Amino acid sequence: MSAFAALLARDLRLATRAGGGALLALAFFAAVAALVPFGIGSEPRLLARVGGGVLWIAAVLAVLLALDRLFQADYEDGSLDLLALSPLPLEAIAAAKMAAHWLTTGLPLSILSPVLALLFNLPPRGYLALVLSLLIGTPAVSAIGAVAAALTLSIRRGGLILPLLVLPLLAPVVIFGAGAVLAAIDGLANGAIWLLAAFSVASVVLAPFVTAAALRLNTSE
Amino acid sequence: MGGRDKPGQDGWVMGVWLPQLECIEALKLACVRGGRAVFRDVSFRLSRGEALVVEGPNGSGKTSLLRLIAGLLGPAGGTIHVSAGGSPVAEPDERGKYIGWLGHQDGAKAQLTPRETLAFFARLYGGREGIAEALESVSLTRAADLPCQYLSAGQKKRLALARLMLCGRPLWLLDEPLAALDAQGKRVVAEMLRAHARAGGLAVIATHEPLDIDAARLSLA
Repeated sequence: MSAFAALLARDLRLATRAGGGALLALAFFAAVAALVPFGIGSEPRLLARVGGGVLWIAAVLAVLLALDRLFQADYEDGSLDLLALSPLPLEAIAAAKMAAHWLTTGLPLSILSPVLALLFNLPPRGYLALVLSLLIGTPAVSAIGAVAAALTLSIRRGGLILPLLVLPLLAPVVIFGAGAVLAAIDGLANGAIWLLAAFSVASVVLAPFVTAAALRLNTSE
Repeated sequence: MGGRDKPGQDGWVMGVWLPQLECIEALKLACVRGGRAVFRDVSFRLSRGEALVVEGPNGSGKTSLLRLIAGLLGPAGGTIHVSAGGSPVAEPDERGKYIGWLGHQDGAKAQLTPRETLAFFARLYGGREGIAEALESVSLTRAADLPCQYLSAGQKKRLALARLMLCGRPLWLLDEPLAALDAQGKRVVAEMLRAHARAGGLAVIATHEPLDIDAARLSLA
């Protein structure tokens, strides 16, 4: 457990120091969200309708931004070999790195989202659903993204292939996440948030094992 | 671990207790990289306190051999037997727990200081103490709180050597440990290897340069 905590603490530190991806993801999220009203006009009712969906798409893209370096940096500087030879199983290594990634991207982004929702004139009923759906859904983005990051590890410019691999798999997250926000605005109970939670739990539980298998495949090649 | 408090005793090196590893035996190892045979029929046997220097021209498979021994790479043929604590270690993953790895990449993160790097690896590998002593023994004390991006190649190598000492593993696999080091650094490596051997540790060293230790030689043609 101490080894797991050590790796988690190191990755949090690396992400939040200069050159880490945490602040970058947050700034990207804010920039995309701020740009959309310029593109689709300032009609308040229209913005309120699309706000949830736009913020969800911006969130997914922002979380993906730092993902290609999740294992690549450790692979290139030899740290991954040292991690693989540590007492920590690869599955736990993958889980620690996913957790660190979510804590530095998904979590701060969920907390920032109400501020950006103001830009979209989101009805007050939608705020709780927006924050809650992002908190529940973004771990799935980190988890599925980690699998793809491990799969593209040995590919040069793997960062360009990663979104192509991941975005189709993330369609359910966006559908249920944005759906939950719209349902809350309309005062309907459509169960989207529960489906989102189920999808997220399944992703987070399975991803460390798949990621570890992909890492073994790539490093033993 | 009964002798933990008795320096000078067998098994005690640089303040770290080594777990027991009796011998490692490789039989007719073969390695294929990228569809090309790198080497075949490589056999050797090492017991407690012995070292093996692996020589050969560039591309002869020295690094691949070390990765095979570490279990980071699967052999194309042949077997590796390790016996520890009186019983054989079958799984390559299990074998990793006895290995102290020094690759030609240093595993140093640009944003972390040497002290932070060592603290992380010490916790990851099992909470050993003696970070200050390890830094002192490789003459890195003055640079201990400087981010690694400001270290020279030789200083990063010294950091990797300090990490190797702290990890307390009985089988050292060293890939070009003398590269980038000055004369004093090379003496430190030789002294570390002699102390490791006195404590009953094993070592396989891939190098081009003469190393002032008692060791068997293996030539990869």
